[in-house]
Amino acid sequence: MADIETTIGQVDPETGLKPMVINLGPQHPATHGVLRVRVALDGEQIRACEPIIGYLHTGIEKNCEDLTFNQAITLTDRMDYLSPITNNFGYVLGVEKLLGVEVPKRCQYIRVMFAELSRIASHLVWLGTAAMDMGAMSPFFYTMQQREQILDLIEMSAGTRMNPSYFRVGGLLNDLPPGFEEKLRAFLDGFPHWLQEYYALLDRNPIWIERLKGTAPITAEKALDYGWTGPLLRACGIPRDLRKTNPYSSYEDFDFDVITETDGDVYARYHVRMREMKESLKIVRQAIDNLPEGEWHVPGWKIYPPNKQEIGRNMEALIYHFKLFTEGIRVPAGEVYSAVEGPKGEIGYFIVSDGSGKPYRVRVRGPSFYNIAALPTLVQDKMLADVVAAIGSIDIVLGEVDR
Amino acid sequence: MKEILDALEESFGDRVTVSEPLGQTVVQLPAAEIVSVVTFLKSQGFNMLIDVTAVDRLGREPRFDVVYHLYHLDEKAWLRLKVQVGGDEPTVPSIAHVFASANWAERECYDMFGIRFRGHPDLKRILMPDDWNGHPLRKDYPLTGLDPLPPLVRE
Repeated sequence: MADIETTIGQVDPETGLKPMVINLGPQHPATHGVLRVRVALDGEQIRACEPIIGYLHTGIEKNCEDLTFNQAITLTDRMDYLSPITNNFGYVLGVEKLLGVEVPKRCQYIRVMFAELSRIASHLVWLGTAAMDMGAMSPFFYTMQQREQILDLIEMSAGTRMNPSYFRVGGLLNDLPPGFEEKLRAFLDGFPHWLQEYYALLDRNPIWIERLKGTAPITAEKALDYGWTGPLLRACGIPRDLRKTNPYSSYEDFDFDVITETDGDVYARYHVRMREMKESLKIVRQAIDNLPEGEWHVPGWKIYPPNKQEIGRNMEALIYHFKLFTEGIRVPAGEVYSAVEGPKGEIGYFIVSDGSGKPYRVRVRGPSFYNIAALPTLVQDKMLADVVAAIGSIDIVLGEVDR
Repeated sequence: MKEILDALEESFGDRVTVSEPLGQTVVQLPAAEIVSVVTFLKSQGFNMLIDVTAVDRLGREPRFDVVYHLYHLDEKAWLRLKVQVGGDEPTVPSIAHVFASANWAERECYDMFGIRFRGHPDLKRILMPDDWNGHPLRKDYPLTGLDPLPPLVRE
C-alpha cells in the first residue's frame, strides 16, 4: 500500500506526468456521510489513497464523562445512528457488569428482539444505499419502506423512531406496549416476501454482479490484521460472531447460524448481509414465541427507578427516585470491557468507574473506525469507480467513525 | 488461555502481572516491554488487536494508563494489556508494525491524550484539526474547550 505523499511527487518515466490528486467528499452521497478520501490517480487507476476522517467528531467520549450513567445512554444512540439500539446494548451490559447485576429473562429476550430488529433495519439501509451507489435506484425505495416498519415498532415501545435510548441500566424504558405483538408478527410474516423481492431486484442483475464480483477483495489474514469484525470478517470465511462465540443476554437460547462466505470481496459481503437478515428474522420470531412472563427490570430502587404510582404512595420511593435522577446510579469503582455484535461488527465499550454517579471514562470501539482504515489496501491499483463500491460494502456510519 | 498466560509469565517473569478483575483477564506490564509482549501473544494466537486507548488518571504518577485489547479467535477470549506512562511527554513504543489496526488507534490516542507512540509510521492527529490546541480527553482539558470556537469560514 503506497504512501500518498511520496506517490504524488513521483513522475512516470514514460509519460513524464505526475499522478493526479482528487478529493472524494467530504460532501458526497457516495461517501455515506462526511468521509473525505484523497486519491492519487494514474488515469483511472489508484496509485495511493488516504481516507481522512474527523468531520463529524462531536466529542461523545468526553461528554460521557460529564453525564450520569443513564444520561450517557442518549449519546450512544447518536454514534451508529442507523442502529442505535445495539449501541445502547453494549453500554448497558458494561455498566450492569460493573454493578454486578443481571436483568430478568424477559428483559434479556426483549433486548435480543430489538437488537435483531435494528440489525435488519441497518442492513436494509446498507442495501438501499450500496445499490444506489452502483446506480440501481429502485432497491432504495423498497428497503426504506420495510425499514420504516421496524422504526414504527421501535417508536411504539420507545416513543421515538431514531434515537430511542430504549435500553436502560437495569432494564428497559418500559415493557412491550399493548398491540405490539400483533404488529411485530405482521412484520415477521411479511418480511420474507420482501427479502425475495430484494433478491429479485439484484441477484441476477448483470451490472450488479459485474460491479461486485472480485471487487475490493481482502484476505482473511489481512482482515484480522486490520481488526475487521462483523459481516466483513465473516465474508472472508472467519466465523467470528460474538452472539455465538461470546454469548450475552441469553443469545445461547436461540437457534441461528453464523453466515460466512469465502471470497472476501464486495459480492461476498453482500451475500453475508442478505443471509444475516434471514437469521435475524429467525431470532426475533423465537424471542417473541418464547418470551418469558415476569419482571422486565431489576428489582429494588437502587438501580432502576420506582414507577410513578409508587412515588405517589411511598416516601422511600420518592427519595430513591430523587437520588437516582440527581446523583445517578452509584457504580462501584472498576474497569470493564463489554462488547456486542452490532450490524457493522464488534461494538466495544471500555468503561471506567471511580465509584461516583458519572463514568470516569467511556471508550467506544466503533467497528466502522477500524473497518474504514483498511480502505487503501482494498482499492490499491484498482479503478476509481471501485472506491465507491468498496466504501459502500464496508457500510460505514461516520457518526461512529468520528464519535 | 491458562497455558498462554503461564507461558507469558514464564517468558517475562515478574515484569508482567496477571489479574482477573470482574472475570476479565488483565496483564500489567512496563512500557518498554509492550512490543515484545504483543509479539509474543500474537505468536500464541491472539491474532486480533481490538482496540488501543488510554485513561487519564490525573493526580497519579505515572499519569496515564494505555490500554490494549487483544482477541484470541480459538480461545474466544479477550485480553487486556495495561501500560502506565507519565512525564511531560508520555511515550510508548508503537505496535503499528505488529498489527495494522494499531495505526489509526494509536493516532487517535495521540490526538486525544497526547501520548506519543515511538516508531509509529505517521503519528498525526486523526479526529481533531491539525492545528488544534490541546488534547481533548485529558482530564485537565475543559469540556468547553481551551480556545474560543474557530470561525466557521477561514479567511
